[in-house]
Amino acid sequence: MVKVKARRRRVARNVRRPNRSRGGDLFILVVLAIFGWFFAFPLIFVLNNAFKPLNELFLFPPRLFVINPTLGNIQDLFILMSRSWVTFTRYIFNTVFITVVGTVGHLFFASMGAYAISKYNIPGGKLFFNLVITTLMFTGFVTAIPNFLILANLGWIDTYWAVIVPAFAAPLGFFLLKQFMDTVPMSLVESSKIDGASEWRIYSRIVMPLVKPALLTGMIFSVQALWNNPQATLIYTEQLKTLPFALQQVTAGGIARAGVGAAVALIMMIVPITVFVISQSNIMRTMATSGIKE
Amino acid sequence: MSALTTTPITGVAVATEKEGTNFSRYCAKKRAQLAYLWWSMKQHKWLYLFLAPYAILFGVFVVAPVGISIFFSFTYFNVLEPARFIGFQNYLNLFLADDVFLIALRNTILLAAITGPIGYISAFLFAWFINELPRYVRAVVTLVFYAPTISGATFLIWSLIFAGDAYGFANSFLIRWGVLSEPVLWLSNPAYMMPVVIIVVLWMSLGAGFLAFIAGLATIDESLYEAGLMDGIKNRWQELWFITLPNMQGMLMFGAVMAIMASFAVGDVTAQLAGFPSTDYAVHTVVNHLVDYGAFRFEMGYASAIATILFLAMIFSKIAVQKIINRVGT
Repeated sequence: MVKVKARRRRVARNVRRPNRSRGGDLFILVVLAIFGWFFAFPLIFVLNNAFKPLNELFLFPPRLFVINPTLGNIQDLFILMSRSWVTFTRYIFNTVFITVVGTVGHLFFASMGAYAISKYNIPGGKLFFNLVITTLMFTGFVTAIPNFLILANLGWIDTYWAVIVPAFAAPLGFFLLKQFMDTVPMSLVESSKIDGASEWRIYSRIVMPLVKPALLTGMIFSVQALWNNPQATLIYTEQLKTLPFALQQVTAGGIARAGVGAAVALIMMIVPITVFVISQSNIMRTMATSGIKE
Repeated sequence: MSALTTTPITGVAVATEKEGTNFSRYCAKKRAQLAYLWWSMKQHKWLYLFLAPYAILFGVFVVAPVGISIFFSFTYFNVLEPARFIGFQNYLNLFLADDVFLIALRNTILLAAITGPIGYISAFLFAWFINELPRYVRAVVTLVFYAPTISGATFLIWSLIFAGDAYGFANSFLIRWGVLSEPVLWLSNPAYMMPVVIIVVLWMSLGAGFLAFIAGLATIDESLYEAGLMDGIKNRWQELWFITLPNMQGMLMFGAVMAIMASFAVGDVTAQLAGFPSTDYAVHTVVNHLVDYGAFRFEMGYASAIATILFLAMIFSKIAVQKIINRVGT
């Protein structure tokens, strides 16, 4: 049903609407081209820098595009990291562990809670959801101090859990999952109940497969937050530190590490962008339900 | 009474049938409502178990910190000694005795007032323009515009573009084109720091709201536009104001919440690009000030007062934006 509708819409889109002027079309293309360049330019710069040999990085006047591309910077990075005190693979393991456990736990707890609120009108559910919407605005900076005190009291400072467990509670994923679950017809839940399915079975076998786009979207936002965060205040033992922190150390070498630094920037950029490209269509389906109704 | 607690529906009927004073009828009604609430909660006890793990985590790591922040903002607290209640002293010090805070507040308000609305409106305009493109081009253009938001620390490349010597990209080009005669210290001359930071913040600020706008535009029912055409909608702008915007008020609100968050949270960008503290505190923001007192000076009470002011600023902006969005399309 939804698919048929979408196809009809697409067919309609390809027909030019009569109230569109040619001049307006041209204007839109020009605006998008100018601003597209503004948004893409720094990223193209990063991409090219990563493959520039040292003499081109310090060329005067500076050039955007690389002349003789080389893999030297990336090789240098791996040589440098293989000599570090804590092995490079350990940093990668830490980051991957924190990202994977944090994301999986977040999606599990958030989707269970979202199911209870979205599919049933439980007392207090609406209030809780409004609270989640309000906290969407509060970034990590403003809650950093009390969070540190709470984690210290729990004795989790300097363990993986100091980063992982607070990530479970991220409001954005909960919000998107709840909104997307609202589109799953209640009749489906009721009919499975008549067939004798338990709440857990309805949640895990019927609702979860249907909200895959929202799960993927929640995954993107969670991965993005956990992958990029060095968390230097919560974890200070070198063996437990994450990749962004290690890479910061590399680039702290300044001018002598300019080539390696460029390779680092490329690596940090490529992971979230790749994840986004792979799941773009699912993200778009989820964001279509993201409206906040008052 | 026992009938009231077990079958609340009849309980309501019993309560209204009873003759009595207004007050006793009111009490009976309330009792019946409470009984219904309790009955409904018992019916859903499994669902509370579903919600409990997330609710506890959310309470401990998101709601409690806000409360704790407000509590400590009325105390002197340096982690080592127990907190001492000092009333509004922190707030008085912030506004009357702390020159740097006032600079930071001015910078944050300036940044939020410029990057918030411009970022928000341009995110919508870009989404709207992108929606007019053919379907296959749309995905690629979306990626180009959204990539800076998700690529994290990549904004550091701007420190190369705006480097202070003649090797810097901006300096080199502007000198070659004859706009400048000598290199400008973009990131350490107070006259230029704020504009540069605004450009970088705008560059990475499209955010989740942008995606919501694109998705929202693509899902508005085509028949509405066809009906609008019949009713004499003449151009894109009329279509936008009378059909598109009223149909995506929810997305507009979501985008606004995301934009408010992003524009008040500027701190990382200024610290990494212009240094911490920046020259003459030219781009020192409230978040920078908060980090300064929280992470370096360990004056947690004072830092909590700064955080509380940020909470209030965010909530007030949200209410103001809500009022504006409710008027769209009328």
